[in-house]
Amino acid sequence: MTASKPAAPAAELFDYLLRLADNGLVLAQRLGEWVGKGPVLEEDIASTNVGLDLLGQARLWLAYAGEVQAIDGAPSRSEDDLAYFRDSRDFRNLLLVEQPNGNYGDTIARQFLFDQWHVLLLGQLTLSRDERIAGIAAKAVKEVRYHVERSADWVVRLGDGTATSHERMQAAVDALWTYTGEMFAVDATERTLIDAGIAADGAALLPAWQSSVQAVLDEATIVIPADPFMQGARSRGGKQGIHTEHLSRLLAEMQVLPRSMPDARW
Amino acid sequence: MVTSSVTHPPVREDATLADARAAIWRALGGIVDPEIPTVSIVELGIVRDVARASDAWIVTVTPTYSGCPATRIIEADIRTAIGAVIGEDVRIVTALAPAWTTDWIAPEGRLKLREAGIAPPHAATLGAVQAHPVTFRRPREPVRCPNCGSLRTTELARFGSTACKAQYRCTECLEPFDFFKPH
Repeated sequence: MTASKPAAPAAELFDYLLRLADNGLVLAQRLGEWVGKGPVLEEDIASTNVGLDLLGQARLWLAYAGEVQAIDGAPSRSEDDLAYFRDSRDFRNLLLVEQPNGNYGDTIARQFLFDQWHVLLLGQLTLSRDERIAGIAAKAVKEVRYHVERSADWVVRLGDGTATSHERMQAAVDALWTYTGEMFAVDATERTLIDAGIAADGAALLPAWQSSVQAVLDEATIVIPADPFMQGARSRGGKQGIHTEHLSRLLAEMQVLPRSMPDARW
Repeated sequence: MVTSSVTHPPVREDATLADARAAIWRALGGIVDPEIPTVSIVELGIVRDVARASDAWIVTVTPTYSGCPATRIIEADIRTAIGAVIGEDVRIVTALAPAWTTDWIAPEGRLKLREAGIAPPHAATLGAVQAHPVTFRRPREPVRCPNCGSLRTTELARFGSTACKAQYRCTECLEPFDFFKPH
């Protein structure tokens, strides 16, 4: 597929593509940490498969980002360059996805809150005026449908499970809730692209996300945290490159090999 | 090999091209998916087109899942197989849109899946993707056991040995099996 001419400034588009890419890249890395030590074999396999899907999607977004950057005259960077040779301040993922795995309930809660948003986001992006974005989204949304089905199932299974699993699932949702606001906050970068018909309007996704999340949490006997604080639309976070300390540690592990041996081949 | 339409009469040219094209399709039909080695990449609907450009043959493929590790192996297999048939390098174009769907799996491919103990996918519900929020209790179409044909089956896990499959179990013959998920 050839790059369709973006109708928006390349700088904004590049930044937005990094947001899409880095969510998948960082979450895939987190899920990879479970390989070989999942709580049951089926879940070990499932979390790895979800990670693989997200990594594959991240590669598509990064490849496009590298091409878009070249439009402004900057040297084109490959997906590997972008994945391995950017520092945490240059990453654009949501704070939610960089949070540590914790116990399996924490991992599932993080996945569930993200998946429910991701499926809505990609659904909207299938309508993007940028054909390349629409094409990647149409492919990815089918994969993410399965992700959200699985994570929703597990939220219910753990939330409505034993006293201990319930307690942990509730604690996980309580702890992660604060990071969800960022998914719906629209900054100037996104506003420009939304107006150009390229990006999805995060604020418009909120009602559908809330009702889906509420329905599953009700089923799981989990209550939405009483403290309604979510990051506001004007605050800065992962999408602007302001991260929690967890990201640097994750990147250190993910990037060490290509940085110490740039010519290493698999 | 065919070079240009100037040096050959059009009829002969077409016949040669058609022969080469047919040979390429036959070669592609002999390449199996490395993760489902009984079904060819043509039967899976991965190969979308074979076309002749001025300087090379172009094979258009559509990857199944974004992170499918088989994609690179399939591309290498295509190069090897076609190189052996036409004696020249082939250009592989990856098309993302329209996105691959299990609805493209040919009837013979479905049959082979079942024979390999993998329940073939139902029709994928395209277009419904955006409309439905995902909640806990979803209606699920029953999956037929590839071993005994019973519909009394139950899902063990949403993901199986590969991203494209789920793990099921038959409560009639008690055999576990893979289900190729509608996609």
